[in-house]
Amino acid sequence: MKDRVLRVQDLAVHYKVREGGLLKPRVQELKAVDGVSFDLGAGETLGIVGESGCGKSTLARALLALLKPSRGRVLWLGEDLAKLSDEDLRKKRQDLQIVFQDPLAALDPRMTVRDIIAEPLWTFFPKIARVQVDERVRGVMKMVGLLPNQVNRYPHEFSGGQCQRIGIARALVLNPKLVICDEPVSALDVSIQAQIINLLKSLQKKLNLSLVFIAHDLSVVRHISDRVMVMYLGRAMEISSRNNLYKKPLHPYTSALIKAVPVPDPRIARAVTDTGLTGDMPSPLNPPAGCVFHSRCPYSVKRCQLEVPALRRLENEDWVACHRAEELDLTIKPR
Amino acid sequence: MKPANMENTAAPLLEVKDLDVGFDTPEGKVHAVNCLNFSLKAGDALAIVGESGSGKTQTVMAIMGLLSENGEARGEARFKGQDLMKMSTAQLNTHRGKEIAMIFQDPMTSLNPYLRIDKQMIEVVMHHQGLNKSEARAHAVEMLRAVRIPDPERRIRQYPHEFSGGMRQRVMVAMGLLCEPDLLIADEPTTALDVTVQAQISHLMSALRENSNTAIILITHDLGVVAGLCDRVLVMYAGEAVECGSVEQIYYEPKHPYTQGLLASVPRLDQPEETGLNSIPGNPPNLLALPKGCKFRDRCPKAHDACKEKPPMQLDEQRHAWRCFLGGAA
Repeated sequence: MKDRVLRVQDLAVHYKVREGGLLKPRVQELKAVDGVSFDLGAGETLGIVGESGCGKSTLARALLALLKPSRGRVLWLGEDLAKLSDEDLRKKRQDLQIVFQDPLAALDPRMTVRDIIAEPLWTFFPKIARVQVDERVRGVMKMVGLLPNQVNRYPHEFSGGQCQRIGIARALVLNPKLVICDEPVSALDVSIQAQIINLLKSLQKKLNLSLVFIAHDLSVVRHISDRVMVMYLGRAMEISSRNNLYKKPLHPYTSALIKAVPVPDPRIARAVTDTGLTGDMPSPLNPPAGCVFHSRCPYSVKRCQLEVPALRRLENEDWVACHRAEELDLTIKPR
Repeated sequence: MKPANMENTAAPLLEVKDLDVGFDTPEGKVHAVNCLNFSLKAGDALAIVGESGSGKTQTVMAIMGLLSENGEARGEARFKGQDLMKMSTAQLNTHRGKEIAMIFQDPMTSLNPYLRIDKQMIEVVMHHQGLNKSEARAHAVEMLRAVRIPDPERRIRQYPHEFSGGMRQRVMVAMGLLCEPDLLIADEPTTALDVTVQAQISHLMSALRENSNTAIILITHDLGVVAGLCDRVLVMYAGEAVECGSVEQIYYEPKHPYTQGLLASVPRLDQPEETGLNSIPGNPPNLLALPKGCKFRDRCPKAHDACKEKPPMQLDEQRHAWRCFLGGAA
């Protein structure tokens, strides 16, 4: 890969969970992220998709060094974030920004839009001149499609989509190199979702940003991602280029996720009866042995229950963690 | 599933006429719903589709007598001929939960976290159907089995937090169906759920509708979910009905520019990537200061001078109605 900016190697984040017993609680280990590896190039977008509880938000926080990895490394421009001193890490954070899911909850209701967007500037450049701050704030507001004359308003005066634009402006004000978007559109109405996705896409091109775009739905990440990673119970099931993933997924779980996306066409939708996926996601405290997906996989064989499949490269840049990837043909039939 | 072209000729189960819902707020009067009309027959499935603030939830809240204190509803909502709007709370309670059931969006906040599932389910059955405790329990277990909760005899003894999100929503569906209601109102029943679970719940609701002839009102902002489940669609914008028709009419020949925009902004996996992603520009209007004339005018790509006046509701021979100056027979 050319111009690699981020390299994640065997990253794991485990939480300690106390359960039951007032005096002697049983401490269990929850493997929220367990051995995830991938690379991200400059100006590239990686979509991360998985159902709730698959570890995608934990992964996002670990990428920003907001959580300490239990195992593995996050290399930002070749440097291990976990090994940096607090002060060096703080400086690095200029390059790494995040946009959150709930746009209103992520903004301080008592701050004006100007103060919200300017806060990172004051934090990193305490001596910066007020005029410069104002100029920069108005600049990013224009860039994300907000009117610069709204700087003195408060978050509650804006709609959900506009609040998300404020969140994006705040993330961009420091000229970051990597922006992690943690479900940035799932709280928005459908007609507004498309606005925000198109905005992020055009900003990425203009600023040559690297993006990690997290969603629980494959249809949302398709339009913005170069590659897509599918996660299940803390593990990467598949990392494929967009064109291959939606046409010919390599992992049965990816195929099930594609089939579960509702189609806004009554004739097709009525014909769909099954996603090929049974049951619920197992508890992450007690994941199945072997392949974590085997308990719900229609193609599961004996080997899947015994042996954990490694994430391996199949062809070109496509990676999969499935023992049977070569023999299965999961090509999506046109509907 | 019943073929879409089979006309249901029975008397309407629910008939809503000229429904207005307003709220008094410190900033002024908010007109959440304006002059809404629709009707529903036994076994019908109607979707009410619109963005947040379009008035879709307040419509059903008004019908169910669940508006907040500063809310006021006017108009008629006849359920089996009786006007729900004129009923006292005591009268409403003989219908609510029994003949009309409602499923809310967030299953965690509508289940009592301190009570086991059995207690919450049995209460409803004993109250409405006069069964004794053990009969009620058996009935509740049967319902949990019907929504495909594994091992229902054991699970019914558990608390809501011991269930996953999808399981909880299935418990909500089971509770809604306990008294075999004639009308099930589902307010964004799958919005908080993952896609795979969403698909399971949708299939479950279609199956129940087929087996028990329950009429369904599905409230959602997602046109994707509607296509497989409903046979009529009512599209709302800023408190008004802007289009109403069969699913085929709405999906294949949408007449209102808002419906067209909404359909185009659903990300689709069955179309080539190059199609791109469309959006509707702008934001929904402020309900405190609604524009005169067509309320969609500011965001409409086809707006013209005539739109400063309120557009009429046009109706064609196939019962397809839309509120716009355009789209009529040329």
